[in-house]
Amino acid sequence: MKKISLIAAGAALIALTASGAQAQQTLDAVKKRGQVICGVSQSLPGFANPDAQGNWAGFDVDMCKAVAAAIFGDVKRVKFVPTTAKERFTALQSGEVDFLARNTTWTMSRDVQLGFDFVGVNFYDGQGFMVPKKLGVKTAKELKGATVCTQTGTTTEQNLADFFRANKMEYKVVAFEKNDEVLAAYDSGRCDVFTTDRSGLAADRTKLKSPNDHLILPDVISKEPLGPLVRHGDNNWGDVIRWSFFVMVNAEELGVTSANVDQMKSSANPEIKRMLGGEGDFGKMLGLDNAWAYNIIKMVGNYAESYEKNVGPKTPLGLERGVNALWSAGGLQYAPPIR
Amino acid sequence: MAVDVRDAGSAPSTPIWLDARYRAIFFQIALLVAVLAFGAYIFHNTYDNLQRRGIASGFAFLGSTAGFDIIMHLIPYQASSSFGQALLVGLLNTMVVAIVGVIGATLLGFTVGVARLSRNWIVARIAAVYIEVIRNIPLLLQIIFWYQLLGKSTPGPRNSISLAGLFFLSNRGLYMPAPVTEDGFWLTVAAFIAAVVGSVVLARWSKKRQEATGQQFPVVLTSLGLILGLPLLGLLVMGVPFHWNYAVLQGFNFEGGMVLIPEFISLTFALVLYTGAFIGENVRAGIMAVSHGQTEAAYAVGLRPGPTLRLVVIPQAMRVIIPPLTSQYLNLTKNSSLATAIAYPDLVAVFAGTVLNQTGQAVECIAITMAVYLTTSLSTSTFMNWFNRKMALTER
Ligand SMILES: N[C@@H](CCC(=O)N[C@@H](CS)C(=O)NCC(=O)O)C(=O)O
Repeated sequence: MKKISLIAAGAALIALTASGAQAQQTLDAVKKRGQVICGVSQSLPGFANPDAQGNWAGFDVDMCKAVAAAIFGDVKRVKFVPTTAKERFTALQSGEVDFLARNTTWTMSRDVQLGFDFVGVNFYDGQGFMVPKKLGVKTAKELKGATVCTQTGTTTEQNLADFFRANKMEYKVVAFEKNDEVLAAYDSGRCDVFTTDRSGLAADRTKLKSPNDHLILPDVISKEPLGPLVRHGDNNWGDVIRWSFFVMVNAEELGVTSANVDQMKSSANPEIKRMLGGEGDFGKMLGLDNAWAYNIIKMVGNYAESYEKNVGPKTPLGLERGVNALWSAGGLQYAPPIR
Repeated sequence: MAVDVRDAGSAPSTPIWLDARYRAIFFQIALLVAVLAFGAYIFHNTYDNLQRRGIASGFAFLGSTAGFDIIMHLIPYQASSSFGQALLVGLLNTMVVAIVGVIGATLLGFTVGVARLSRNWIVARIAAVYIEVIRNIPLLLQIIFWYQLLGKSTPGPRNSISLAGLFFLSNRGLYMPAPVTEDGFWLTVAAFIAAVVGSVVLARWSKKRQEATGQQFPVVLTSLGLILGLPLLGLLVMGVPFHWNYAVLQGFNFEGGMVLIPEFISLTFALVLYTGAFIGENVRAGIMAVSHGQTEAAYAVGLRPGPTLRLVVIPQAMRVIIPPLTSQYLNLTKNSSLATAIAYPDLVAVFAGTVLNQTGQAVECIAITMAVYLTTSLSTSTFMNWFNRKMALTER
């Protein structure tokens, strides 16, 4: 723990002391390496979770795979680097990972002060609370005096302080470095309450001994726009990630799925033509192949497919689309056009 | 043959660049310049890269609002305090563990070290098994083990184990009554300080007297009496100017009183147990280094085994024990940073963890953390070196 973060910080120091000439060339470096290095959560079912064979799956993992599909036309060309909440930023700053797809909240200080660029919001979320049903708590306003478990290095820690301060309630916080430690402490009764993003609560609840004994309270105490991020200063690389994500959203809007993308190639719709490389040089603009978007949709799927497969109502997480529905369906997901 | 007359005549003088003395100085200076240049290069490059990537640098962040809470703080702290205050909170939490740990490990270590040399077979065996087991299991595992054990074996706050309705042990920690001082408590504090000063003076005086006349004085008992008695007197004179704040179960948890959180208990316990084993070995080695002739001589002049150990063996053994003892103290302090594994808010967890993460200023936070550890370690060493010189054999 301490060692890892010290090593990460050390690596950051070394990387920062080395010459910064490569700042602009992440895409070239990735191509030369033959692999994109993606920082993900350690284990968050539905978002980023390795199975017994070490194959990663999840909503954030799909983001990594989409980038690999865009660059290499091969979703296997990803190296997943699990990071704790605390280590993730140092890992990105130091160049240990090429980008983060790790349920990370877009905040001003992270964008401006930490030297990152968020490329979009792939999941609109908010912070919530989970309690054992036997406590009989129905809303967060009843949590006066409670002990709350959370993870260090998150926006969660600060929102929690804000919430209790604003409501003039006493509380105690026990902050662990790893999500699994938080969960274990909550499960063993060290805390009354577990707090994190509500998507995270849904994911973590599936890991508890008896998920049905726990209740996610209705309150949403913050805005948590989660999205992928890159180092500030390499705009071309940021564009690659941003548009890989937008392709997935646009594909959903245009009705292009992994199943029908081959037929869609002969579609007369100019928007689809441009996206799938039939018209224009949109892949080349990014320094990629013109089949970049076709590969993403074929190999990973569109936004809806990834959502339903990993976190949707039919998965153990059971998250409705809600605000993450397309704008045309009353939600917030909206991608600029490819043209 | 033409011979150069000047050369032949004068004594063979080595040129300055071949003179060993100058050469040594030259290389020292060259090395120093190289190190400084390297340091400057690193500093400049880091700064440059931070700027280029738009990462904030400098120490101004220490003054801005922290915005997160810390479960254990010995000084006033809340979410609206500054990052600098959070640094102090973390530092003090580290110091408490270190101080309690050092005291506990020393007591345990000396007991075990002596026990291992005991003529009682069982006692010696138990000490040996303890040392071998504890020394050979990684400390991190031990810390997690005790933490888990404590968490799993204690009930929730509503079913806590209560002692006389004053102490409550649950998975939220050990709650106990907290003394709250009132006006007039200063006299007790003053009395305590006076008692400590008095004891020191007394110890000096009795030592001088014993050296001069051979008469002993019951220093320990008298000092104990002073240190307990004087403050008590101070309390009584002022009409007992303090009351207890009791912990009571309220809603989710206990309110009021003082609490030792489970993270503190298990971390300190693990550190004491672990370091105690190493100190035990140092103590044993130290005692064995004192020649047996010393013991025999002490017996010959009629000393019983107890005083022999206390007055003859231990003082000589101390000279061997103190240097490794110093490194054990340093280890304990540094090992306390394993706290992060169990959510104890020590310096590393709070400052090199949360604060670093909130501000993103990895370079500054790690530098400050390292500087703090370096300072505490160097102070400990300095103190122990002084103590070592004091304990050194002085010829009379
Ligand atoms: N969105 C928040 C919290 C993100 C976060 O780290 N959440 C935790 C709890 S859901 C997590 O993902 N843990 C997974 C892990 O550490 O593997 C942030 O960006 O600070």
